[in-house]
Amino acid sequence: MKYIGEPITRVDGHEKVTGQAKYAAEFNVPDLAYGVVVSSTITKGRIIRLDTSRALAVNGVIAVFTHENRPKTAWFDVSYKDQDAPPGSPFRPLYDNEIKYNGQPVALVVAETFELARYAAMLVDVAYEATPCDTDLLKHLDAVRDPNPGVMNIFKPLPPKPRGDADQAFAEAPVQQSAQYIHGMQHHNPMEMFASTVEYGKNGFLTIYDKTQGVTNSLLYVTQAFNIPFNQVRVVSPYVGGAFGSGLRPQYQLFLAVMAARDLKRSVRVSLTRQQMWSFGHRPATVQNVRLGARPDGTLTSITHEAMAATSQFEDYMETVVNWTGKLYPSENATLRYKIKSLDLYTPLDMRAPGGVTGLHAIESAVDELAYKLGMDPLDFRLKNYTERDWTEKDKPFSSKELRECFRQGAERFGWATRNPEPRSMQRGHNLIGWGMATGIWDAAQVPARAEATLTVNGKLRVRSATADIGTGTYTIMTQIAADTLGMPIDDVVFRLGDTTMPPAPIQGGSWTASTVGSAVKSACDALAKTLFRMAKRLPKSPFVGVGFDDVQFIDGAIQLRQNPSKRVSLLEVVSRNRGRAVTETATSIPNLIKHNSHSRNAHAAAFVEVQVDEEFGTVHVTRAVTAVAAGRILNPRTARSQIIGGMVWGISHALQEESVMDHRYGRFMNHDLAEYHIPVCADIHDLDVVFVEENDTIVNPLGVKGVGEIGLVAMPAAIANAIFHATGKRIYDLPIQLDKVM
Amino acid sequence: MHPFSYARPTEVTEAVHELAGPARAKFIAGGTNLLDLMKVNVEQPNRLIDINRLPLNTIDELDNGGLRLGALVTNADTAYHPLVEQRYPLLSQAILSAASAQLRNMATNGGNLFQRTRCYYFYDTAMPCNKRQMHHSDQITGTGPAGCGALGGYNRIHAILGTEASDGTVHCIATHPSDMAVALTALDATIHVTGPNGDRTVPIGNLHRLPGSEPQFDHTLRPDELVTAIELPPQGFPDHYTYLKLRDRSSYAFALVSVAVGLEMDGDVVTNARLALGGVAHKPWRKPEAEQLLIGRTATREHFQPVAEALLEGAVGYGHNTFKIDLAKRAIVRALGMAINKEKREEGE
Repeated sequence: MKYIGEPITRVDGHEKVTGQAKYAAEFNVPDLAYGVVVSSTITKGRIIRLDTSRALAVNGVIAVFTHENRPKTAWFDVSYKDQDAPPGSPFRPLYDNEIKYNGQPVALVVAETFELARYAAMLVDVAYEATPCDTDLLKHLDAVRDPNPGVMNIFKPLPPKPRGDADQAFAEAPVQQSAQYIHGMQHHNPMEMFASTVEYGKNGFLTIYDKTQGVTNSLLYVTQAFNIPFNQVRVVSPYVGGAFGSGLRPQYQLFLAVMAARDLKRSVRVSLTRQQMWSFGHRPATVQNVRLGARPDGTLTSITHEAMAATSQFEDYMETVVNWTGKLYPSENATLRYKIKSLDLYTPLDMRAPGGVTGLHAIESAVDELAYKLGMDPLDFRLKNYTERDWTEKDKPFSSKELRECFRQGAERFGWATRNPEPRSMQRGHNLIGWGMATGIWDAAQVPARAEATLTVNGKLRVRSATADIGTGTYTIMTQIAADTLGMPIDDVVFRLGDTTMPPAPIQGGSWTASTVGSAVKSACDALAKTLFRMAKRLPKSPFVGVGFDDVQFIDGAIQLRQNPSKRVSLLEVVSRNRGRAVTETATSIPNLIKHNSHSRNAHAAAFVEVQVDEEFGTVHVTRAVTAVAAGRILNPRTARSQIIGGMVWGISHALQEESVMDHRYGRFMNHDLAEYHIPVCADIHDLDVVFVEENDTIVNPLGVKGVGEIGLVAMPAAIANAIFHATGKRIYDLPIQLDKVM
Repeated sequence: MHPFSYARPTEVTEAVHELAGPARAKFIAGGTNLLDLMKVNVEQPNRLIDINRLPLNTIDELDNGGLRLGALVTNADTAYHPLVEQRYPLLSQAILSAASAQLRNMATNGGNLFQRTRCYYFYDTAMPCNKRQMHHSDQITGTGPAGCGALGGYNRIHAILGTEASDGTVHCIATHPSDMAVALTALDATIHVTGPNGDRTVPIGNLHRLPGSEPQFDHTLRPDELVTAIELPPQGFPDHYTYLKLRDRSSYAFALVSVAVGLEMDGDVVTNARLALGGVAHKPWRKPEAEQLLIGRTATREHFQPVAEALLEGAVGYGHNTFKIDLAKRAIVRALGMAINKEKREEGE
């Protein structure tokens, strides 16, 4: 291993900072027309009149598409189901006159320039008949129901069956803790707005530059919804300016751009505005009740954790909110429940650490409060109730779990041992100081993927897979894996992604890309190595006659005998004897189900946070935080650290600032721009530290990696809320904790 | 965005003449607020008069010891100007608490005074808003029903003072968003204006107005007038001042509550006091009677509380923003302490 585990700088960094990296709305194909979406201003009801004449009268406007004149698309719901579609009936843009949520696209104006389209979009006159809407989860907590789990249940398990009798155990518990936690909605808001550039080619061939976390998903959606053969569409997405889950499903601009391009037989781009970034998936509002019972020695005897979340009227979105509680705490009596309520909203959509950040905030806050009632240090309480088995999954052992080490190393780096548990015991000037901690857990998943590795005639390695890099560092770590597998200098290796002409990979989400695509890249490179070795053996005067594959190693661009490094053949020499042709191998990596099914597979973390609270004003600053992470092998400590730091910043945002506020009288989001939708600025972020705890895992995948996209976020909100309690003596259960809740 | 024509005059008279021309013309300088409003169709000018080439971009010392800030000097250049830093550090501090470095590099002193409220309902033409709908001679904006969306809606950032019209009704609870204007109010600045009828001056306190029953009017200038300069009087409170801004994040957020304080002291005794509040009303909020309560008093906390109570007298919360009443009082008491004590000032909030 020469590169894996090293802090290699991003291989795509230069392209990004010099502006050469192109994003979906930057592919300037010839003769491009521009589409701008008109959005519904009501939440529920129907369009009774739609007058496009003023828009069409503008010189340069090509067409206005509405439900009245749209081209025909597929008939059945199933044709609109993408790979991440929850059970239900997917939303179809411009389908009919019914309005299902505020901001729903009601028309697409296509013009010769973006400016003209945007102007003409203003002139489309829509009259609605509005009916009363229901968007407020808090008003419907008595009307929640079980979700229809559908096939995504594999990745988002429903709560396990209850264990023991949680109610009775709670009633009998000498120490009890009970509270309700409320989370509002949030929107992903990546820096890059959603856009699709559809190039209309010869015979109607479509090359689609799409903002997506999975080109294959966009391809499947488009070909099914428009009934186009696979070989008539190519989806390309080499760079993604952030996504955080918003690109897991094809968004409506893709549908509209394809529809317009096919109808007009012309290339069309549709870009959404920042305000329209509030017109599709979001993190759902969630209300949680947590009840815990314990013996005086700190043993948890009863857990009830129930979550109630909002979904749309047309799809049953669900996320895993409460199961984490069971994975972390081994109470003999436990009831975990997850319910949903259909409201007049768009379907929620996975947003960084979906369910995890929500559920862990509740349980990790509750555990802290219970520890105080028990007079125990919150860290000692967690060690007392530590588990090596996962009762939510048939009491399986974990494939690896270095959470204890996360607690130890994180606490040591932070200085937790010197903490005075007494609330309001620390001050700095007129500010109160508080220290809090919490546990984090996330899935370590792997799914099948395919990759292709080619040794070019120049002796360079080219590796491809149709995955995505949403800023996480996929380009870099895949290049490292490929370089190490074939023993090549990293500068001789290029990894490409984001193109449906490449071997398929799943959507990039769930922190599974490093393990999934990494395993595929390794498999393809292993296969290529074997082929190259076979070819080397057949060379005239080959030093490898009678030598087995295991007797050689790939190092410094050559194959050499392990026992005698002077016996070597360079890869360039091997390929040069291939009659001027490159050598290519493709491989599919499939999870080892035997290993997987016998283990629970999770990454773990512990976050330690210091807050400074100005009690008079209620302002809170996270002045210091340490997150210790056990996530298997760290492929690249630089990009991994960046992922954890980003997650910690998001945790600060989630705890203190971020919420899409809806005026429920209208069902409309009110703070729908980045001036009023608050996320931290640099001045909010202080000293953040990351500790990677060594963890060897031979179960999760051949590389031993678990993924780090989400684990840095999940522990932070509870750690911050707990630190605020330590500082002020005040428990605040509803996020975000804005100053008026603290003052 | 609505199509518009564009002119770029080089003389002030020419600019004013341009404005008096076709209907719905607007001056543009930094454009940091106007362009946003045009993109969301709240402002729909037919003509933009770019005034960036007018000779209004200098900061000049006045014979009386005051300072004249050209209307086109950027916020950044003003805040970092040595004479402003020395004599009016309150103004520097207020400007630098606002927006972002990029915006301050573009925004001008004149434009800053005329930025529009950040009320969510004003910015969204699908929502009711009396400020948008009660038609103004130089703008035609918005569709949708009239009424104030923020009343009974989401009003976390909204006003708690001066919202009622003379008949007791409330038509608008928007706030004025400028930090600079709050400092200028405490400094008692004078606004120089020109128009078809010549030049005149307006005290800063009379520039902005309360919404009353005509919330469409943010200010008292006539539609054909142009601000040419801001005049700062000699007294700049360089020894005892502070601008305290409380908001939902540490930077790039409008004030929930802000307090500008300038004091003159004789030992421990206050001899002159100025206080202005931001984020609480349709204009920077000043009440000279409250300031008088400090004169001749020692600068101690028990003398600050009555000032806070006096300034907030008559404050009304509308639900989400009710916390501002207490927050403003606490901020006033803290800001007075910070103004007196340099160490406390540097310690900040």
